[in-house]
Amino acid sequence: MLSSILVEPGFFGSQPVRTALVVGAVVALVSGCVGVFTVIRGQSFAGEALSDMGTLGGSGAYLVGVSPLWGYVGVGMVVAGTMELFGVQRRRGRDVATGIVLGAMLGLSALFLYWDTVDHSTTGATITILFGSLFTVSGVTVPATIVLGIVGLGAVALLYRPLLLTSLNTDLAAARGIPVRRVGLAFLVLMGVSVSLSSVAVGTILGTALLIGPAATALRLTRRPGLAMLVAGGIGIAVTWLGILLSYDSYYWPPAKKGWPVSFFVVAAIFLFYLAVDAWTWWRSRSIRASRGDRAVRVHRPDPEARDEVPCSRV
Amino acid sequence: MSSDPRAPIDETLLSVDGVSVWLGGRQVLDEVSFCIRKGEFTGLIGSNGAGKTTLFRVILGLLKPNGGTVHLDGQDLGRSSRSIGYVPQKVVVDPDVPLRSRDLVALGLDGNRFGFAVPRRARNEAIDAMLDAVDATRFANARVGSLSGGELQRVLIAHALMSRPKLLLLDEPLANLDIRSEQEVVTLLGKVAAEQQIAVLLSAHDMNPLLEVMDRVVYLANGHAATGSTEEVVRTEVLSELYGHPVAVLHVHDRIVVVAGPAPG
Repeated sequence: MLSSILVEPGFFGSQPVRTALVVGAVVALVSGCVGVFTVIRGQSFAGEALSDMGTLGGSGAYLVGVSPLWGYVGVGMVVAGTMELFGVQRRRGRDVATGIVLGAMLGLSALFLYWDTVDHSTTGATITILFGSLFTVSGVTVPATIVLGIVGLGAVALLYRPLLLTSLNTDLAAARGIPVRRVGLAFLVLMGVSVSLSSVAVGTILGTALLIGPAATALRLTRRPGLAMLVAGGIGIAVTWLGILLSYDSYYWPPAKKGWPVSFFVVAAIFLFYLAVDAWTWWRSRSIRASRGDRAVRVHRPDPEARDEVPCSRV
Repeated sequence: MSSDPRAPIDETLLSVDGVSVWLGGRQVLDEVSFCIRKGEFTGLIGSNGAGKTTLFRVILGLLKPNGGTVHLDGQDLGRSSRSIGYVPQKVVVDPDVPLRSRDLVALGLDGNRFGFAVPRRARNEAIDAMLDAVDATRFANARVGSLSGGELQRVLIAHALMSRPKLLLLDEPLANLDIRSEQEVVTLLGKVAAEQQIAVLLSAHDMNPLLEVMDRVVYLANGHAATGSTEEVVRTEVLSELYGHPVAVLHVHDRIVVVAGPAPG
């Protein structure tokens, strides 16, 4: 049977697997919805910076013995507020300053991660924070992730229309009485929460992959903003579950025979899915253009009788 | 009350009194005063940097002037007014943005509200009717980022009209349009002003496309404004004083050309 080839025995019976499936789905849904707005607003760079700086929070939290999630969220809030204060949301804004601060933060993270490793005499902390691990999500992190995810989804739904208009054109939004700066700050905070959640799933380095990848793919497939969020969430859930499944299956794979990381499979699936959709839309637009070209030639012929005449372009 | 049906048609809608604005140590507007009556089509003419956008931001309540007042329908303007529709300049929408023309028009109706819109029949009919009124039905379901300049202007006008404003502000809507779209947009706005009794204030650096429909001109130069009918304002003496430099107003066929230097002959 196909299912027994795809799914190794004991998959659904395993508690870590079931937790990973639920947490992964919540994270993917939030990332997809927030990601659509991140791409529309051109704030992928801010997302990347938020995620990278989360490393500092995660490693710091590990050091004092609490869940890295709290570190991610704490740092996310502070960084989001700072970004709004200095207006560095977009790449073109204050490039150098952002680069220097980001570098300093990551340097500090390196120190914290080193202490974590020495303290616990294991590289587990570094791997968990940088690359995530859905199978090791446990304890209070599980309900905390789900609750934060639901709050995030609620916030997107609440802000949907003002956020859409602000993302499109700030003058247009301001003229409708929308407080553009406050909406911008709310979105940065929302992005902070979203990358914190995806850092739990795929780590701080890959955090934006889940935010940007499914959203960018969805924008290729639909013309409606609400639908784009649903499609992005759907793609996110599909790639996350596929990653969990393949990671579980890979337990006896070489070289270490201890399984491949979920994050690898998730990010690989996002990448391949994007390429496939890109190729498909390119092929489709090419065939549409070809059929339009046909019609244009017919329209421009003034008289069906004159078909045999030499076209102007060849004269 | 202004809603009195017997109110005279030439009632003042917008009055700008002595508005001065300083931006970055430079005086952009110096005691600018003019008024617009209901249903009137006004051209705000001035070269780049003359302060047209700044004046719009003051009227919209987005920028507090250093001096002077703005009254709409006899009332002092609050932070922003729902009775003003606005089409900003240079609206650029990325082709990747998942938003159809009808979605943008819908945001004009209730884009400032929280949550998702509930799709109701009356709502959809209002959107369809507006798309039809600006002749945008043909590309109602196309992505906003894929529209041509003239098509985008029509959708933005529909967006601005959805909130049933008394005043419609358009910032350089004719910039970068081809000659045919330019004429279509002007004709559409003239129709809107006449039929729906909406006052239109449109900024442009060239007044010629507007001559047919314009009831009044506000000419902005050197931070000062001159206002009145085209014949009153666009004259060699008036504009020379406004610019503080001799200029000549030439009439070439039905066109008006303003050039530097004293009038020939």
